[in-house]
Amino acid sequence: MSAEDCGRSNKNMKCQKCQKQATFHITDLTGDDLLALHLCPDCAKGYLETGDSSEDAPVISDVMSKQLKPLEQTADDLRELDAKECPICGISFYEFRQGGRLGCPHDYVFFGEDLEPLLINVHGDNQHVGKQPKRGITDTESQTELIRLRRQMKEVVEQEDYEKASQIRDQIRQIEGEGSASE
Amino acid sequence: MILDDMANRCGEWLKGCGPESDIVMSSRIRLARNLADYPFIRRCTDIDRANIESTVRERLTNKAELKDLTFIDVADLQTLDRQFLVERQLISREHANSDGARAVAIDQQERLSLMVNEEDHLRIQVMKSGLDLVGAWDQINDLDDRIESQLTYAFHPKLGYLTACPTNVGTGMRVSVLVHLPALVITQQIEKVFRSLQKINLVVRGLYGEGTQAMGDFYQVSNQITLGKSENDLIDQVGDVIPVVIDYERKARDFLINEKQNDLFEQVSRAYGTLQNAQQISSEETMFLLSRVRMGINLGLIGDLEIPEVNQLFIRTQPAHLQKLRHSELDTDERNVERANYLHSQLKLDGGAEASNN
Repeated sequence: MSAEDCGRSNKNMKCQKCQKQATFHITDLTGDDLLALHLCPDCAKGYLETGDSSEDAPVISDVMSKQLKPLEQTADDLRELDAKECPICGISFYEFRQGGRLGCPHDYVFFGEDLEPLLINVHGDNQHVGKQPKRGITDTESQTELIRLRRQMKEVVEQEDYEKASQIRDQIRQIEGEGSASE
Repeated sequence: MILDDMANRCGEWLKGCGPESDIVMSSRIRLARNLADYPFIRRCTDIDRANIESTVRERLTNKAELKDLTFIDVADLQTLDRQFLVERQLISREHANSDGARAVAIDQQERLSLMVNEEDHLRIQVMKSGLDLVGAWDQINDLDDRIESQLTYAFHPKLGYLTACPTNVGTGMRVSVLVHLPALVITQQIEKVFRSLQKINLVVRGLYGEGTQAMGDFYQVSNQITLGKSENDLIDQVGDVIPVVIDYERKARDFLINEKQNDLFEQVSRAYGTLQNAQQISSEETMFLLSRVRMGINLGLIGDLEIPEVNQLFIRTQPAHLQKLRHSELDTDERNVERANYLHSQLKLDGGAEASNN
């Protein structure tokens, strides 16, 4: 989908406050939740001038549930998706939908297909074409593993399994050591 | 304390110089970056946050090229000092108001700001006075390279730089230009301009970001999309449209001068007079009146005041700045009196002449 396509699909959108045609499409990124606002000129003016931010506006959950409809046919499918949990950071898709923020870099891989409609809707694209890290694309698998190990470490410490904790600590140190050796 | 010194200085974005600075206050680019070996902020433990902060601080301050950055522990600051940094646009409101280990690194000229543990692990920002997006990009691109040589960023071959919110993924870049558009507001054409900007996927916000009032007729124009376009394309997307906005504003000013001269002179000189003589004045009214005065200077209606001086008044009459300059905490009523006193002293010192055409 291109930016023009986005423009066309926006044309039929109604203002969220008064049902007139929405010509302002505002994405609010500063609050606790991501807000996508579609407003007519009058309500947009009110929004920009009075600082009316979150109360009447939908959170990412609303935006996403609308978006997911064409793909997710049944409530069961949505429930199943919501229950999906990232093996690295432990965030569920439901938690992401509620908070609008992902839990770790691996979520982009793990929830890849599930995020695709959102990316297309927001950006009109799903392929990065800009800058890349100067030293080339590092293999981040071991770094991702560090996220998982640190989380696991916290869990076993809470369970007072110190033997396991010391094993994990060694694994973490090993990966961290490899990382700094290559730099 | 570094913040007290800052209160008496003027940051880069208020210098009032650079291309098109009668209408363009500043150009700003920010990049969102995350470390590959930590979860995003919402899944960070307190220990993770503290480790991110110390890792960034150590790696960057060890590097000779980044030595001129000063790290400020934001978690350790008083509320007033955090508000002070927000007013100077060095940290976001979200960064000021959140919890846990977090920091900001800034340079002496306040051109660079590096927020640690905001919504993303790193939010790098470069500000330039006037319209200079290319200059801002050169600077931030170089800074980003130097940081990246010390830290491994979360990067995906297909999706680019990975960010906590999918709306920032890809370049992680937000390009914004802060414009002063009083004549478009007076002539009620501002909505028309917003509508055309929206059609090309640009976002318009008030001075201090979303949800803030369009205070003092200042508006930030920025890109919405971050994925699927290169950094240069995004810069062009914003940069190409700003001259058109400037042209609209100039035409609206010409219209006011030619067709509504008496009304305009009246508004400008009343604004100036009120600022000079008020006994107590709110921050909002001050912004509103300073905006009129700023336009009056640009149109040659006020001869004894310069743009950089007015820019400075905009920031120094903000609540936290006023209190920093006064070295004491003041409630709203006290601030309104103090603000009037401050304006009185500053504007009288500069001659206190009335608008030249009256």
